[in-house]
Amino acid sequence: MAVKGYKAAARRALEQQPEVREAVTRATLHFDQNRERAFGEVEAEAWRDWAAATKRHTLSRLDGYLLEAEQRLSARGAEVHWAEDAEDAQRILRELVGRYGVRRVVKGKSMLSEELEVNGLLERLGVEVFETDLGEYIIQLAGEPPSHIVGPAIHKGLEEIRALFREKLGTPPDASPEELAAAARRVLREAFLTAGMGISGANFVVAETGTVVLVENEGNIRLTTSAPKVHVALVGIEKLLPRACDLEVFLQLLARAATGQKIGTFVSLINGPRRPDEPDGPEHLHVVFVDNGRTSVLADREMHEALSCIRCGACLNACPVYRQTGGHAYGQVYSGPIGIVLTPGLKDPALADELGYACSLCTACADVCPVRIPLPKQILAWRVRSAGRAPATERAAFRSYAALMTRPRFYKLSGKLLRLAAPLTGAPWLPVLGAWAAGHGALEPSPKSFREIWEEEFEGA
Amino acid sequence: MRVCFFVTCLADQFFAEAAADAVRLLRALGAEVRFPRAQTCCGQPAYNAGHWDEARKMAAHTQEVFEGCDYVVLPSGSCTTMLRAYSPRLFEGDRPRYEAALDLAGRSYELVEFLVKVLNAESVGRGLAGRRVAYHHGCHVSRELGVKEEPLRLLEAAGAEVVPWEADQECCGFGGVFAVKNAPVSLAMADRKLDTVPEVDVLTSADGACLLHLAGRAKQRGLGVPVRHVASLLWEAHRGG
Repeated sequence: MAVKGYKAAARRALEQQPEVREAVTRATLHFDQNRERAFGEVEAEAWRDWAAATKRHTLSRLDGYLLEAEQRLSARGAEVHWAEDAEDAQRILRELVGRYGVRRVVKGKSMLSEELEVNGLLERLGVEVFETDLGEYIIQLAGEPPSHIVGPAIHKGLEEIRALFREKLGTPPDASPEELAAAARRVLREAFLTAGMGISGANFVVAETGTVVLVENEGNIRLTTSAPKVHVALVGIEKLLPRACDLEVFLQLLARAATGQKIGTFVSLINGPRRPDEPDGPEHLHVVFVDNGRTSVLADREMHEALSCIRCGACLNACPVYRQTGGHAYGQVYSGPIGIVLTPGLKDPALADELGYACSLCTACADVCPVRIPLPKQILAWRVRSAGRAPATERAAFRSYAALMTRPRFYKLSGKLLRLAAPLTGAPWLPVLGAWAAGHGALEPSPKSFREIWEEEFEGA
Repeated sequence: MRVCFFVTCLADQFFAEAAADAVRLLRALGAEVRFPRAQTCCGQPAYNAGHWDEARKMAAHTQEVFEGCDYVVLPSGSCTTMLRAYSPRLFEGDRPRYEAALDLAGRSYELVEFLVKVLNAESVGRGLAGRRVAYHHGCHVSRELGVKEEPLRLLEAAGAEVVPWEADQECCGFGGVFAVKNAPVSLAMADRKLDTVPEVDVLTSADGACLLHLAGRAKQRGLGVPVRHVASLLWEAHRGG
């Protein structure tokens, strides 16, 4: 499903799936307005400053906090694993599936597992996987990747979901949203009771206490992490917070930034596997700390702040570019502004050559980021790196443009030529503008340049 | 008070009358306006495209052109942002140029911002009485310069009714190199703006580039929304009393 090449994919989305633009625009505007209202209820600017500083501090001592978390987790009986890349993480997971003889997995709340292609791995191992978040379950049925960090099925309208559920689950053609949810619940309830392993991500891991923190609205994560005998939490190494008391602000900031809620409906604080005197919970807890490119982002002077991201999706919701196409056009796990910044760093700098330009530099994302990641600045930094690899024609065009613009006489002359040529030829002086110009009525230069008006009207006046 | 007018390259060629209206207005309000002839383009297209060597050359040229001006006034929020916020970043490794960039940044104003913050104009005239106006907040002028209320205040002081517009803060989709590299998305963004424009007599903004983009798209779609730069509207406000 993931399409390589943003340009082509974005065009295709707009031409062939106009309903995506409509659904995504509606949903993101809704989220964005909720965020704005929810930020207005608190001292949001002070919270953002504090959260940004806390994250930057954590990143600057990440190794220490990771070791602290490992020590606390191990002391409570959790097994901690370290994965350098996706292959490594897959190896660990394969080993765990084998060790516990797992045939069924319930899974939820993990963009990282998308990065690691966990579902593909499990299916190859002959393990059945059930996504337990309703949105994720919908796109799993549709055979698609998530298109939004928080709302994985944000691009789908009710009609499309009705048709999908009718085909896959046999629901009536006019099923209400409640009936559709109930149909999914029936399938998933059975899965929760029979799965041998639950796989989750983590919103935060507290170093001080070794606590895996998960935030959700549906209750599925509680079941995923407690019903099966084994719980595996896949955690990006950037998810650390120093102290338990840091959660007070981060939990509120995350929910407010993501959906405008005061706090997520369910917050799970997981400190270890079930203890002998506890009635429920998994017998085994495995925490897999995953690097998968993160240390190279951390080492990047211009990009490291992107690791502060708490995956709230606010930048996607605020992004007018994202709204036109949804997330699939980016062809990557992380879409929108944060995706543009993170993806080339995590995977391959050359990905910035197209992704870096999936942005109008409107800076709306910087206005909403709860941890103040300088996204527009970073997107621009990727462009500067890409510019050296730009097509020779582009580089030559900018060179001549700069040459022209530092020689006032040539600038004046070329302006004149432009205005003389335009009425004769339509707009051939804009061939480089191609499709953009084609989407416009003729752009007519002024009959006289400002310079000429100045000379006639203002000179000496 | 020596005010140097930086017409900007787009305005020079594509909305010269609006730029002239800006000068007419500044003069009418008592500013002594000069026009340094050697000025060209601020370099933002190269800056935004990532071609910083070229952007640096152009920004250095602009620094030299506007040396010695008390104020530099531009009829463009976007180009003002280039001088105010972006240009210094280009010279972080070059102290004299960096300081010159900061110095120029401190003297540069978008037109409406200048009218309100430096000339202390609360009203330029009442000539827009009864006109219904939709105001597009250019991204740079509103977010990078923080100029949001000023244009609305002047338009309303001129008697215009600024009609609420759902998408007034959203990007028009131009973004320079973005419009060229991702034209279909850029046009879809313009459509979103145009599809939500309320019933008004005129659509205006402090950014000519956005207006050029929106007007071109409106024309292509056969929408009859008159588009005018805020400088022209304010000059009209002044002339009309």
